[in-house]
Amino acid sequence: MSIDLEQFHQVFFEESLENLDVVEQALVEVDVDSDIDSEVINTIFRAAHSIKGGSGTFGFTEVTEFTHLMETLLDEVRDGVRPLTQELVDALLKSCDCLRHWFDCLQAKQDLSDEQSKPLVVIFENMLNKNSALASTEVNVSKTTAGTDHVPLHHWQITFIPHSEILLSGNEPIRLFRQLEQMGEYKVIADISGVEDIDQLTVDECFISWNIELVTTTGKEDIVEIFEWVIDECTLTITDNIPTVEANNVPEIGREMIAEKSGAIVEEAKKPKTKIEIAQKTKTIAASSAASSIRVGIDKVDNLINLVGELVITQSMLSELGNNFDMSKIERLSSGLDQLLQNTKELQENVMRIRMLPISFAFNRFPRMIRDLSVKIGKKVDLQINGEHTELDKTVMEKIGDPLVHLVRNAIDHGIESVEERVAANKPEMGVIKLDAYHQGGNIVIEIVDDGKGIDANIIGQKAIEKGIVDDVSKLSDGQIYDLIFEPGFSTAAEISDISGRGVGMDVVRRNITSLGGRIDIESEVGKGSIFRVHLPLTLAILDGQLVRVGSEVFIIPLISIVESLQIKAELVNKVSGNMILYRLREDNVPIIPIYKEFNIEADNTELDSALLVVVEGDGRKVGLLVDDLLAQQQVVIKSLESNYKRIEGISGATILGDGSVALILDILGLITQTTPKKSHSNRSMKAA
Amino acid sequence: MAQVLVVDDSTSMRTMVTATLTSVGHQVKDAENGKAALDVAKSGAFDVVITDLNMPIMDGITLTRELRSIPKYTYTPILLLTTESSGDKKAAGKDAGATGWLVKPFNPERLLSTIDRVLG
Amino acid sequence: MNMQVEVPEVDNSKADLSLGAADFITDGDQYLTFCLDNEHYGVDILAVTEIRGWENPTLIPNSPSFVKGVINSRGVIVPILDLRIRFQIGKASYDPTTVVIVLAVKNGHDSCTMGFVVDAVSDVLNADEDEIKPAPVFDGLVAPKYINGLVNVNDHVVTLLKVEQLLSLDDEVVNDE
Repeated sequence: MSIDLEQFHQVFFEESLENLDVVEQALVEVDVDSDIDSEVINTIFRAAHSIKGGSGTFGFTEVTEFTHLMETLLDEVRDGVRPLTQELVDALLKSCDCLRHWFDCLQAKQDLSDEQSKPLVVIFENMLNKNSALASTEVNVSKTTAGTDHVPLHHWQITFIPHSEILLSGNEPIRLFRQLEQMGEYKVIADISGVEDIDQLTVDECFISWNIELVTTTGKEDIVEIFEWVIDECTLTITDNIPTVEANNVPEIGREMIAEKSGAIVEEAKKPKTKIEIAQKTKTIAASSAASSIRVGIDKVDNLINLVGELVITQSMLSELGNNFDMSKIERLSSGLDQLLQNTKELQENVMRIRMLPISFAFNRFPRMIRDLSVKIGKKVDLQINGEHTELDKTVMEKIGDPLVHLVRNAIDHGIESVEERVAANKPEMGVIKLDAYHQGGNIVIEIVDDGKGIDANIIGQKAIEKGIVDDVSKLSDGQIYDLIFEPGFSTAAEISDISGRGVGMDVVRRNITSLGGRIDIESEVGKGSIFRVHLPLTLAILDGQLVRVGSEVFIIPLISIVESLQIKAELVNKVSGNMILYRLREDNVPIIPIYKEFNIEADNTELDSALLVVVEGDGRKVGLLVDDLLAQQQVVIKSLESNYKRIEGISGATILGDGSVALILDILGLITQTTPKKSHSNRSMKAA
Repeated sequence: MAQVLVVDDSTSMRTMVTATLTSVGHQVKDAENGKAALDVAKSGAFDVVITDLNMPIMDGITLTRELRSIPKYTYTPILLLTTESSGDKKAAGKDAGATGWLVKPFNPERLLSTIDRVLG
Repeated sequence: MNMQVEVPEVDNSKADLSLGAADFITDGDQYLTFCLDNEHYGVDILAVTEIRGWENPTLIPNSPSFVKGVINSRGVIVPILDLRIRFQIGKASYDPTTVVIVLAVKNGHDSCTMGFVVDAVSDVLNADEDEIKPAPVFDGLVAPKYINGLVNVNDHVVTLLKVEQLLSLDDEVVNDE
């Protein structure tokens, strides 16, 4: 029997890369100056431990050796023996980089270079030597027992007196004897003198002991190994009758053998390593990562399996129908075909969903990046991430990564001021960069918000004129002037610092975003900060929605924006400033938006009393939507209305319901901004078709 | 052939152990942590449980202790997968009622011979 | 508007057709003809993706009256426009025989698909380039920019419509009161 371990490598690589992300994320969050949550250390330890365990099993000895050092240090931290210093955190973060690179190489089936690991190994070993000798003792255990198997025939005399509770650990003495039996000639004598009165016997206790004679070439270690698991639950003596040797203290032997094993790992790991050409390396890595796989939640897969099941049922129904078809069955045929169509459609949508990943995959790299950058340039930056669960197509995700990195770098470099400047401007020392992702119709919007110095349109305009991008900016709006930043030639190498530079300008950022069919816009206020907003279209996005009915129309309200649904009590309704209807919801006065009025459609019910109100929230403001009925809640696939039509006020997109009909998704934010007092001049509901 | 429950938070280890065991005809169910394993164990019947030690939510030692408190698993062999070279974990495992252990790294052959040991 | 301006414009579009404007999948000389009231119209058959029966679409709020709503056509959200209302020809009634012609135009990477409600689909018309006559300019209900030309078929006239113009929404309020 042989199992090819290589078939598990890919799973191991992916899992390890995820583990590295976990380690990295946890490390970035660690503040060495304050008390560290033991669960954080445990998480880091577990991840490193997992990588070590797997790499040992799958034979990546370099990785095992390296992670062993990490694990040893982390174990000491976990036990409270070693403080988690900034130095250690830094070294561990670099180790993540090193391991990530190694996994890339391993995936591309290349040899590993110790270029990155060497300095880290030195650091780790120094730390370990300084603090304790624990690691080195473990590593340097010598092979104690070699060659004992060459000793010829032994006459082993084994006395095995199990403690009475041995059965409770699932160890059956008879199983032990069966293994001894395979080693050679053996004889067992049971000693039942320990058995107490019959009425005191219990099923789960053992009062029997055994004397065993075994004639074999097998050495003592192998015999001890059979008893390894029960060594603490028995009295065991093993003596060789021919060259009468006193049995060693058995537990000691056990320990020795384990030590030997860990010694062997380390020894094996010290194989020579070869270097390879960089060009070739990058090429293969790129090729192999393109063929990378995707990890999918089990629920999505279960869904697919269910759908395939339905498809099979439909198919067998149809083929049975076809076997002896006559015109009387035309009705059944047509309904079967409808069913097939429905199955196929659902299958298609569900398959598409597999490609959707939460945007945290793209966001995860930023905590680390911001940490490194802020240290490098001496600015204090706090990163806040929202909406990391927003799902995005994998392809879009992969392509948006670099532009986002550039925008975040830009925010730190050009947006956030130095500590001195911030203090002088009466701002907190710590600058804030916010990353936010949310769905808006068939789009996903990613915001990069900083509370830095903002963009001065005058300066940008002047620069653009200097660089010959425009002749005159006097007629341009601020927004149009900001857009000049994205013109080729605006940002040149000379003025770009090490951070946001790297040879690409904002023009490339915009080009990348446009090539994905998206757009980017800027909002900024001098002294307050800037918002870079990236809109990306989604071929599809998923949304948890509440289906509501108004008249004969079904609309979808994103579940996430629903605060509560209630039945209106007439006494809580107030009319203010002429036409504004407010509903008293505890402390709040919530404006009521009758959907039928807003959309000019017929509703069953136009009376407020006892009507259904769905209270939704967006942008910190609440409104109540008047609907006729609450229907089901379900996940819907967002489809764009704009691709074939155009944007519609109050509607963020559309979806296809289970019966194949189209339902529109309400744009909560849009509805709120149209109706709440902030912008009271809205007369939209009066618009006639 | 035996019903085996494999518990490990590492997908690759789980996959490897599962594939190895099924290749010789064992029936395998798996779980990502002790808690999940406990649920699976309660709803089924297993001849052997193989569990990792270090896992989020519920570790292998707690799982062992919990399993032992369920009547149908009083005598069931429970094997710990361990990389700890110090004896502490093994002792703790034994205290909790584990049958034995399998030291990582191990290869499929070693896994199978260990399983045979407890299936006797 | 006068003759001098209008005629060259029609000539231009004819030239486009004969050169086979690469971005459009609408060149060719077969036309699907349909009726609006008693009048005959035609569109490039290569732009037709589907002919389907009338089904109640999902209403689009606050849209012009000729936009009947959206439907699901093979997983794509397709707006349904009623040409009879848009051109104010005949009476818009909906029954099981009412037909929707789904048209698509590809422009670079973007493609646009819309469905148009007509009274009935009549025929496929073969028309050579030289059979297409420029439309005389008069104040008709269908704005000249929608018209590609006219073709005489037996004793009636088929007005060929520009698909890409039909699908553009830039003047949706035209003729809509």
